[in-house]
Amino acid sequence: MGHRTPLFAEHARLGARIVPFGGWDMPLHYGSQIEEHLAVRSQAGIFDVSHMRTLDITGNRARDLLRRLLANDVARLREPGKALYSCMLSERGGVLDDLIVYFRGPDSYRVVVNAATADKDLAWMRTQAQGQDVAIQPRTDLAMIAIQGPEARRRAAPHLPLELREPALALQPFFGVDDRDWFVARTGYTGEDGFEILLPADQAAGLWRALVAGGVVPCGLGARDTLRLEAGMNLYGQDMDEDTNPLESGLDWTLAWEPPDRDFIGREALEALRTAGGLSHLVGLLLTGPGVLRAHQKVLVAGKEVGITTSGGYAPTLRRSIALARLEPDIELASGDPCEVDIRGKPTAARLVKPPFARQGTIRIDLD
Amino acid sequence: MSQVPSELRYTKDHEWTRDNGDGTLTIGITDHAQEALGDLVFVEVPEQGREVAAGEACAVVESVKAASDIFSPLAGTVAEVNGALADAPERINEDPYGEGWIFKLSPSEGSAFARLMDADAYARCLDDE
Repeated sequence: MGHRTPLFAEHARLGARIVPFGGWDMPLHYGSQIEEHLAVRSQAGIFDVSHMRTLDITGNRARDLLRRLLANDVARLREPGKALYSCMLSERGGVLDDLIVYFRGPDSYRVVVNAATADKDLAWMRTQAQGQDVAIQPRTDLAMIAIQGPEARRRAAPHLPLELREPALALQPFFGVDDRDWFVARTGYTGEDGFEILLPADQAAGLWRALVAGGVVPCGLGARDTLRLEAGMNLYGQDMDEDTNPLESGLDWTLAWEPPDRDFIGREALEALRTAGGLSHLVGLLLTGPGVLRAHQKVLVAGKEVGITTSGGYAPTLRRSIALARLEPDIELASGDPCEVDIRGKPTAARLVKPPFARQGTIRIDLD
Repeated sequence: MSQVPSELRYTKDHEWTRDNGDGTLTIGITDHAQEALGDLVFVEVPEQGREVAAGEACAVVESVKAASDIFSPLAGTVAEVNGALADAPERINEDPYGEGWIFKLSPSEGSAFARLMDADAYARCLDDE
């Protein structure tokens, strides 16, 4: 049996199909993954993401520590509440994890990391912080609920503590605001507007029930995965990991090379890779033939293997199958070019497309 | 608890077989199977007229979660296929024992149907899982 979030009893009551994920017993779906997915694109859905680990990093060396630990630069965060997406790299440039860091004020940051990597991340961060005036505090006392979709913010606001309602509705994308142990951020992992809400674990079921009673659709990890895939967002452990690097994972945009003297962990290795060239790259695929794309299928051109899918599945918004794939170095394929994918031994027609596939309720690629 | 109609016969691969009384059998996946797979998104039916051996993989169903082979429960010839599943694979989720049928088989041996698992045996098989 895995760990259970403070919302486990709610999932059981709603008849969720429970699956192990990153050491946790989590809901995969509550009946129909496709209906959950479509509810988020058209209205609003909620997700229990309490398995993710929140770490509060404070102290007068907090900023320096994060500028060394993260490939993106927290010095870019000047307004309180502002969020930044970043990779945390190993010395050789491999991706240890991807995370969101919120700037809460001078010497105070909040980081949210993936469930499966949380213990490893914490150990790594503490090793790097040794002997410095910085505290890393896991907030296992908090639960986390994501509410996503075009109606998400409007539906969530009445259920927030009174003092947070107006500030939460006034948030710009990628900002957060807090009041005591409640923290509301206009972030997510679906390609839709919405909030991610951190709150005391003992209040999580109350918020969950109120939102469900108000018609917000409970969504499982299955819908979360297809929504992020349609939105063209990477999944750690699948589209990138310790053995790959941001340059080969479509994450160049998260690397802050300036200022050149910021010595973040992995920088030297990435610079060497960039100079050497011959890097593989992550692309989007649309299946034009029959079947369903899955992770770990070979991408073929003229019968020759040129890459491998890293994530794949049925995309409910498109009613088609899509994938992210890593193409080998020097494979010159552009968006719109045809290729094939080996689906269970059958080379099946597909086409390169530029993610995102769908965001904000709309299809973003050409299906014809 | 998933439905296990008493008039059908079953396999350990969670398929059902109905004797149509006209020399053909209809084959599909059980309520338990569709529930375990989740939303069906793609079905590849066998070619009509294809000869299949007992236990031979002859169709594929793919859900949001995974792909699964469909095995012919008995030897015979594919007599008819459910073409409607190409555009509406969700019929398997909605009506696994009716509109969600996958193919019909003319078995090469008429008495073979009776050797398949009956509903009680299949229900026990589900209890053991």
